[in-house]
This record gives sequence, C-alpha cells and structure tokens, in this order.
Amino acid sequence: MVAAQPEAASTATRTAYEPVIGLEVHVQLKTRSKMFCGCERDYFEAEPNSHVCSVCLGMPGMLPVINEQAVAFTILAGLALGCDIPAHSKFDRKNYPYPDLVKGYQISQYDQPLCLGGTLEIEADGVTRSVQIERIHLEEDTARLLHREGANGDSYSLIDVNRSGVPLMELVTRPDMHSAAEAMAFLRTLRQVLRYVGVSDADMEKGSFRCDANVSLRPVGTTTLGNKVEVKNMNSFRAVGRALEFEIERQARVLSEGGRVAQETRGYIDATGATVSQRSKEEAHDYRYFPEPDLPPLETSRVTVEELRGHLPELPAAKRERFVAQYGLTPDEARQLVETRAGAEAFEQTVALAGPAHARDVAHWLIGDVTRLLGTLGEPDAELTDSKLTPAHIAELVGLVGQRAITAATAKEVLQAAFESGEMPAAIVDARGLRQINDDAEIDRVAAEVIDANPQAVADYRGGKEAAVKFLVGQVMRAMRGRADPNGAAEALLRRLQS
Amino acid sequence: MPINLDVTAHEHARHLRAGEYTARALAEATMDRLEAQEPHLNAYVRLTREDALTQAAAADARLASGDAAPLTGIPIAIKDLLSTKGVPTTASSQMLEHFVPIVDCTVVARLREAGSVFVGKANLDEFAMGSSTEHSAFGPTRNPWDLERVPGGSSGGSAATVAARGVPLATGTDTGGSIRQPASLTGILGLKPTYGRVSRFGVIAFASSLEQVGPFARDAEDIANFLAAIAGHDPCDSTTSPLPVPDYTEGLGRGLEGLRVGVPDALFAEGLEDGVREAVEAAIEVFAANGASVTRGIELPTATAALPVYYLIAPSEASANLARYDGVKYGHSNHDGPTATLEMARTRDEGFGDEVKRRIMIGTYALSAGYYDAYYLKAQKVRTLIRREFAAAFERYDVVLTPTAPGVAFRLGEKTADPLAMYLNDLFTIPANIAGIPAMSIPCGFAQGLPVGLQLMARPFAEGTLIRAADAYGALTDWHLQAPSALEGVS
Repeated sequence: MVAAQPEAASTATRTAYEPVIGLEVHVQLKTRSKMFCGCERDYFEAEPNSHVCSVCLGMPGMLPVINEQAVAFTILAGLALGCDIPAHSKFDRKNYPYPDLVKGYQISQYDQPLCLGGTLEIEADGVTRSVQIERIHLEEDTARLLHREGANGDSYSLIDVNRSGVPLMELVTRPDMHSAAEAMAFLRTLRQVLRYVGVSDADMEKGSFRCDANVSLRPVGTTTLGNKVEVKNMNSFRAVGRALEFEIERQARVLSEGGRVAQETRGYIDATGATVSQRSKEEAHDYRYFPEPDLPPLETSRVTVEELRGHLPELPAAKRERFVAQYGLTPDEARQLVETRAGAEAFEQTVALAGPAHARDVAHWLIGDVTRLLGTLGEPDAELTDSKLTPAHIAELVGLVGQRAITAATAKEVLQAAFESGEMPAAIVDARGLRQINDDAEIDRVAAEVIDANPQAVADYRGGKEAAVKFLVGQVMRAMRGRADPNGAAEALLRRLQS
Repeated sequence: MPINLDVTAHEHARHLRAGEYTARALAEATMDRLEAQEPHLNAYVRLTREDALTQAAAADARLASGDAAPLTGIPIAIKDLLSTKGVPTTASSQMLEHFVPIVDCTVVARLREAGSVFVGKANLDEFAMGSSTEHSAFGPTRNPWDLERVPGGSSGGSAATVAARGVPLATGTDTGGSIRQPASLTGILGLKPTYGRVSRFGVIAFASSLEQVGPFARDAEDIANFLAAIAGHDPCDSTTSPLPVPDYTEGLGRGLEGLRVGVPDALFAEGLEDGVREAVEAAIEVFAANGASVTRGIELPTATAALPVYYLIAPSEASANLARYDGVKYGHSNHDGPTATLEMARTRDEGFGDEVKRRIMIGTYALSAGYYDAYYLKAQKVRTLIRREFAAAFERYDVVLTPTAPGVAFRLGEKTADPLAMYLNDLFTIPANIAGIPAMSIPCGFAQGLPVGLQLMARPFAEGTLIRAADAYGALTDWHLQAPSALEGVS
C-alpha cells in the first residue's frame, strides 16, 4: 500500500522519525431503528428523506428516547475489546452549527462514555502488537449533504435526513500505531471483531465504518509527542493507507527541513493522494458540551454486563488458536478460516459431517477451491451461504476423495458442477461416470500402452531423469480421463520400467 | 338554559352531562366572547373557531353515549408553545410564524382524548422567555384587571383569557414562574407540576431541565381534573416519572387541619410591595386560624441563589435548544446569500427578538470553554444544594408558603428597558423550578385594586397536597371568585 509520493522525503530522512498514529473510528450500528426515534435505521438505497420523522428531523419540541439495542451493541463491542463498562454513563450535547446537523447539536457522550480502556491485538509486517483503546462512546449520525451544480452553474446542496439519528459508535485509540500498515491492520482487525459480534456491517465503502487519524512524528528514540495533524475524509482502506503514507512523508519533509508541523486538520483528496489543510488549531470548534437534559443518565448494572458478555461469540483470535489445537491446522490455515464468522462456522459444520480425521482436507478445500469459486459470485465478501454449496456438499466431496472413489482432479470438476447446480457430489459422480478406476489390471494395461507410445520419455527415465515418470503418469491419467488413481498409475509404470 | 360563561369547568361539565346545553352551544358562546374580547386583550396568537366546533360536535356525541370524561366538551386555551398537529404553533416568534407541526404534543393529545375543545393558541413571551408577555412577536397581551397593565408571563395569554372568563381552563408552561406569576397577576390559580409529572414531548423547548406544562383554572377542583388529564408517564419523554397518577380530587373538602406550613420569611424580606406583603400576611393568618400549623422564619438560605443559578442554566439549555432554528428545515429563512453561514446568521437575526437573542448569548457564553466550570457547572452544584435544602424542609413541613411575585401587575413598558428588573419578578417562583418541586399560585387578595397571589410549594409529586390546601383556602376566602371589570360590557 504505497501511495504516489509527489514530494517524497529521502528514505534516510524518513527513517530518522517515528510516526505516531492514533485513530478515531466511527461505526454505524446495525440496530433495527435509529438512535433516538423509531425510524428504520437501514437507509441503504432508500429514497432520500424516506426514513425520517419529527424527531430525527429536529422539529421543535421533539425529544429523544434512547435505543436500548444500540446501548447493548456498544457494550458488546466494548466487551469484545476488553473494555471496562462503567456503572454510570450519560449523554451530552455537542453544539456546532452545520446544515447537516438538524438540531444544531449532536447528542453524544463527553466525559462518561459507555466503554473505557480495552486492547486489540494486531499483526502487521509479521509483528504482533497490542493497541490500547481509550474509550468507546455512543452518539447519533448526522444527515448527509449532497452538493450539486445547477444548469446555470450555481452550486447548491441537498440534504438527505435518512442518516440523521443513525446510531454511531465512536472508538478512540491511544497513539499506539507507528506505520500506515499498523493503522490498517488495526482497522481490518477491528472490522473483523465488530462483524463477528454482529453489531455492525462495518463497511467503509457504504459509510458504516469511517476513520479519522491523528498523525505526528518524533525523532526515533524520543518519547515526546510532536504536533499532531488530524487527517479526515478517508473513505476506503486504500485511502487510509495512501493518506497516512502521504502525511508521514509530508511531516518528515517539514521536520527534516527544520520546519514545524502545524497542529491542524487536513483532508485527504482521493484524486491526488494528498492531504490538504482544512482548519488550524485556532479555528477549532468549541463544542460547548453539557449534559443532555432530555435524557436520564445511563445506569449499567453488573448483571446486565455479564448477561451481555454471555452473548459474545467466540472471537477470531480465540477461534484461531482453538482451530490449531483442535483440528491440527497451521496458524495460517486457521487465520484464513476464521476470517469471517460465517466462514469459520461453515468449516466446523463441514468437519462435523466429514469427521475430524478430514479436518485438514476440509480446510484445504474451503481455503482453496471453494474460496476461488465464491470469488466468482461477484460479491466482495461472498460466503458459502451465498452459493448453492453447503457444508454437506463439501463433506461428501471430501469423503469421496478419502474413500478413493474419485481422484483429486475429478473432485475439482465435481465441485465446480455442484457449485453451478447445487447437486450433491455423489450424484454428479454417478451421473457422469467419474468413479476412480482402482482396477490394477486395467491401469497396468494402459501403463503398458503409454510406455510403448513414449519411447523418448522411457529413455529419459532410464538415462536417470526421474522426472520423466511424472510425464508418463500424466499420460496414463489422460488416457483414463483422470479417473485413475495417480499413485496406482505411478506404481504400475515403475513396475514395468524397472523390470 | 342560558349559558353562563363565568362558571368553572366542573360546573360546565355538570350542565353538559345533564343535557342543559350542548358542547357545541358552549363552544359557540365561548368563541363569540373570545372574539369580542380579543381586540382588547390580545390573549391569542390565533383563535380556532372551526376546529373548536368540530371538537365540540365530537364531544356532544361522546356526552350522548355516556362515556364523558371530566374535560369532555370543556373549552381550553392552548399556550402557543404546545405543538398542535395541523395548527400553526409559533412560540410567539417571527421565527415560527408559519410553522405547522406534524404531530400533537403529548399534553394536547391527552386533552384531545379527554374530549376537550381547543379554542385557540394563547399568546406568550417569545419562546416563553419573559415575565410580561410583552416579548411576543404578535403584540403584548393585556391584563383584564387593567388593560394598561401586563398579565405577567410568559403564559400571559393563557392567564388573561381564564381571568377574563373567556375559558375556564388554559394550559401554561412554567420554566421559572411562567404559570404562577401570571396566575398571581391575573387573580387565578396556576400549578407548576413536579418536574417529570407531565410530558414535555412536543412542547417547544426553552430550558429542558426546568420546564413543565401545567394548568390555569379558577378553582382547585378544576386544577385537579385538568392535572389528572395531562399527567403521567410518556414513553416519548424519558424525563417523565413512571409513578402512577393519584386521584387529585381526594384532597378536596378536607380543610387545612394538620397541614404543616413553613414560611421562609428571609426569602422575601426585600423588594416586596407593601400591598403584597399585607395580603400574604393576611392569608397566613387564615391558614393559622383554620387548623394549619404555621412556622415562621424557616431557613432556605441557598434558595436565594436560585435566580443567578436559573439565569445560567436556563440560557445555557436555551442556547442549544434554539440552535435548530437555522432556516434550513422550517420556519423563517433568509435566502439573500452569498453563503449558507451568512443566511443562517441573518435568519436568526431576523427571526428572533431581543430577549431571545440576549439569552442565547448569555447561554453560549456560560457554556464556552474556560467558563463552563465557573458558570454552568457551579450553577448545577448550587442547584443540587437547593434541591437538598428543600428536601430537608419538606421533612418538617407539608408546604412552604411565599408570595408568588414581589408585586402586582405592572404597566406595559414599565420594565421592558430593564431586563434585570423583569427577571426579579421571578425571584420567588424560580426556586421550585430549580428544585423540581410542584408549586402553585392561589389568589389571596388585592393591592391597588389588582390581584395578589400566594405561592405554595410541596415535596416532589405532592401536587395533591397543594390542591387540598388551595381548595381549603378557597373555601375560606372568595378572592378567586372576584372577576375583573375592565371588559364589562364586552360580549
């Protein structure tokens, strides 16, 4: 993930500084209704201003009512990240005027968030490290502004209030990351955990997972934090990587030329891959926070916390370790299988059907051919459940191979057919006559024919080129349309060649 | 039977149920009188005759079917701060002159369910900020006792129309005295319920942590029935209490026997008009002579800080509550360009009156970085102390008695140039809002021919105690039966 660096500092300059990165992540929660009213939360592809009511439109006299599911989701996310859940929390008003903020203030949480502390283990460039989480709080999303240009060239803006009042969880990390790669690893890992817990789609492209970064540099070996720059407007993982790389380069250059990094907010411009100054520290808002008088304080009992903890699924890191221990997988196989909760579930359901002895075979099929086939569905995150395949298909296929009823080569063909039609593998094998030929006499007869037809290869083998056998095996397989047991074919050939 | 419009709601209810006149006839007679009075009083931003007659017809059907509630068919004025679906709700502000709510506020919805008849939207100080109803974008309301004087505020329109016998009942809102002070200045009863007793949903917000909707009426029984109709938990207002609503009529006719009355003399030692002092002293004698045990000189030292606390908390909350009026979604909107920011600024400059702007500025300042701890936070701490001080007092007394206002109704224009003098009018009423306790103003005499009110405060959710005391005092005196004469001959 290296962005174009129009003003790159020299490598030597750059390595003289250590980047310090903290993230603020906004996550839309997957609740049924909005944060403070009964409107449907999911506005994806909905007609603009169709999911609105007098409350989320900010009409006079309207009052918020707390969405308990959003509170529970935030606490669940906090528990998954090892946060403390204080008994007392409250909402506050954050005041600032903007046309997308219908009330002129946002209901947020200032000094008593729902979750405090926490950690997330990340792996970047082969190194595992732990990122501390400062806090997680709950707030409401704003409306969306759509900027347009009229026929006469005048610019104007439209407001879509559908997003106004959607529950938004804000997670703030400590400045614990030191490269763009680490920041991205954090975001990917966080997204994975949130999806596991089921509290958010956490989709950057759809805007349900948004990130701002605080970036500063300091001379390697020092601990004082430098002036930080807040980088905004990064709308994809790629954008985060490019923006951070750019910003690190930019600050390194300023510092190496003896300059001072201005404390400011900068926006990332996707078209150029650069960040540009938006507002200085002096222009920063005074949000005039004060406790939200329309809502009582939030009290969270230990009982509630423990009850919610009981609803937490097994998280990716724990699942990965268990897969290694329980199924004898390599750490890398386990990592790939637990990428999504649905994927991990598909694996375990398949193993349950195929038998634990076949766990690794199941893993190979899922990681390999099945993943490749799912990729052809055209959806970025397609799961087994999005296809016609089921754990029963995979288990039956693994069983057929294990019983030497079909060859590995045939199995790929069968899987493709099952993927396309949804038919069970055994039925496909029978219908197409694909059963493996384990008849030694038949294989021996074909081996003899192949030896006769390929004198050059035979000569090569006899001249010491062991690899020539592979070619001959291939010829046997080809003659038998892939249905021969490749080991049997090799044995038959060797028997004849060595005699 | 000819309709006597001067009677109370429960008397009307008796006649309606007896079939002596219809709700429609009552509504028509009421609207005729209100339309005749309006050029003199300006108690309403808008009269709604058509809607009233439609509601009255429905009330008649309900009366005929025999399932009438106490307020069925009763004409009621709605303060124009309460959202009424389909009927403009202006907060007496240019900003909302043409604003039509898409929902009823909960209080209005409950009154609709009770079958009452809405005669119109009563005038107020803009966004309920004021003590005279002079800060209305639609002109001041006048006091029916003297048309050159104010009816108090902010619920001045509601108080004036009830005092003028235009309607028996009206809704008010009370953030710092906006029900009790106008009740006092117009010679009627007005109750501010416990914070959380009545829903604020749909009531255009001024200071969220202080305000409550409450009733104006001309006797205690009407207050009891009115409060019962609007009180209770509302799932749309998270600050409402889940406590059940008691039968407020239970205390009627029970007298003053055993009522423990505390009088914090030091609280109103200064700035009180002589006539008011005399009337209140005489009222205290009535209490003492009729079975109440009166203790003079009870201590509420921190309550004297309620006024400055109020003028930090209320404007702070108002500065946020009024931020939504930016011309983008509804209400007054400036389109002169060239930037959205300038248009928003001009929208607010044109839409808000001076008093509203003054309070927005005070509140914005009090909440600003560097000042928050010194102002808003300190005010909240003092608020906690005041609340505790009252809680301690109510361990020994059932009610705390004070004058409602330091003086009688003042002349139009007398205090508009001096905001501080205007603010001091709420000196005795504000502590109840700060403490969140129920408080009521009851007519207790006259000074210079103008009404004087006394205030009773009680512990949280003890509205029943206030109603009992008001009923008993009303049975012993006839101050609440006195009618103003300024509009005699009008309708």
